[in-house]
Amino acid sequence: MDQLTAYVLHLADNNLILTQRNGEWCGHGPILEQDIAITNITLDLIGQSRNFYQYAAGLINNSAGAANLQPATEDSLAYLRKEREFKNCLLVEQQNGDWAQTITRQFLYSAYQYFLYEKMQHSKDEQLAGIAAKAFKEVSYHLTWSSEWVIRLGDGTEESHERTQNAVNELWRYTGEMFEPTAYEQQMAAEEIAPDPSALKESWMKKVQEVFEEATLMIPEKTFMQTGGKKGIHTEQLGYILTELQYLQRTYPGAEW
Amino acid sequence: MNIQIKKFYYGDFGEENAAGNEPAKNISSKETWPLWEVFIRSKQGLDHKHAGSLHAADAAMAIENARDVYTRRQEGVSLWVVESKYIHASNPDDAEALYEPANDKVYRHPTFYDIPDEVGHM
Repeated sequence: MDQLTAYVLHLADNNLILTQRNGEWCGHGPILEQDIAITNITLDLIGQSRNFYQYAAGLINNSAGAANLQPATEDSLAYLRKEREFKNCLLVEQQNGDWAQTITRQFLYSAYQYFLYEKMQHSKDEQLAGIAAKAFKEVSYHLTWSSEWVIRLGDGTEESHERTQNAVNELWRYTGEMFEPTAYEQQMAAEEIAPDPSALKESWMKKVQEVFEEATLMIPEKTFMQTGGKKGIHTEQLGYILTELQYLQRTYPGAEW
Repeated sequence: MNIQIKKFYYGDFGEENAAGNEPAKNISSKETWPLWEVFIRSKQGLDHKHAGSLHAADAAMAIENARDVYTRRQEGVSLWVVESKYIHASNPDDAEALYEPANDKVYRHPTFYDIPDEVGHM
């Protein structure tokens, strides 16, 4: 698999796995309006991941030696790859926990996506530039929405503050990975197809600090950063997610409805 | 977070809640979020039309909720929200006195004029 395909799959997997997590809230949101809000955001995410998977499938099918294999489709990439083949970062596979944890996870990820897509709009790869331009508008709203919730909860009642701080403490160890470039990300940066993730860290941190300050939340100090997701080494969470996500296609191959 | 929702309808409010001078006091209420009415302008040049209502803790959240609940299918280009308690409604019991007197005053409709074809729809 070439580096571009690996990178596009990484983008697609990030969104698909977060979609599956957020989707667990559907019908269970704390209030009707927020149930709709989080599922709306999730629909944006799955839309973006479909764009990436379709692009990746095209790349795979046009690559050397593809003629002998079953052609890849967005479905086969989502439903028939194994855990170690998924390149999503660890943050998105973490459990929903309570509303505070879901919001915090969304905020940390949306802030990352915001700065990533902002730069990727100017990619030398036309396909990625196009997807990023559309996604950037969506993600701008995700960031606004999740920032406001982090502030509301962090600077809310004693209980909401405590829960949100716990969520930050729990999730912070998975944030470092986003900014550590893998081989495929280094290659993309060299070819000016995507920004080097380490270059996004400063703006991301600035945004997070700004929101946390208003939310009266503390960034944990000296946290050991867990990594591996982008290279296929996941936390135990991903196995459970894929079991549910892929069950139907694996049990009834090719099932449609 | 356990939010208990109490659904209010027009006219459910006592006079003490209906007056427009007090800012929303129940923002900090742990029991309920206030109800908001949503108005959407579907395109430039048209009026804002009432679309429905929703719950939100404050105006910023009400706008966001309105965006998520009522404009998902490109229904609008502009949103207004107003807390429901600031809307004063006519009393349905007064309907007879308020509206029926207009019944037999057909001369208030411009139906007694011949409109030239060139004018088109009026």
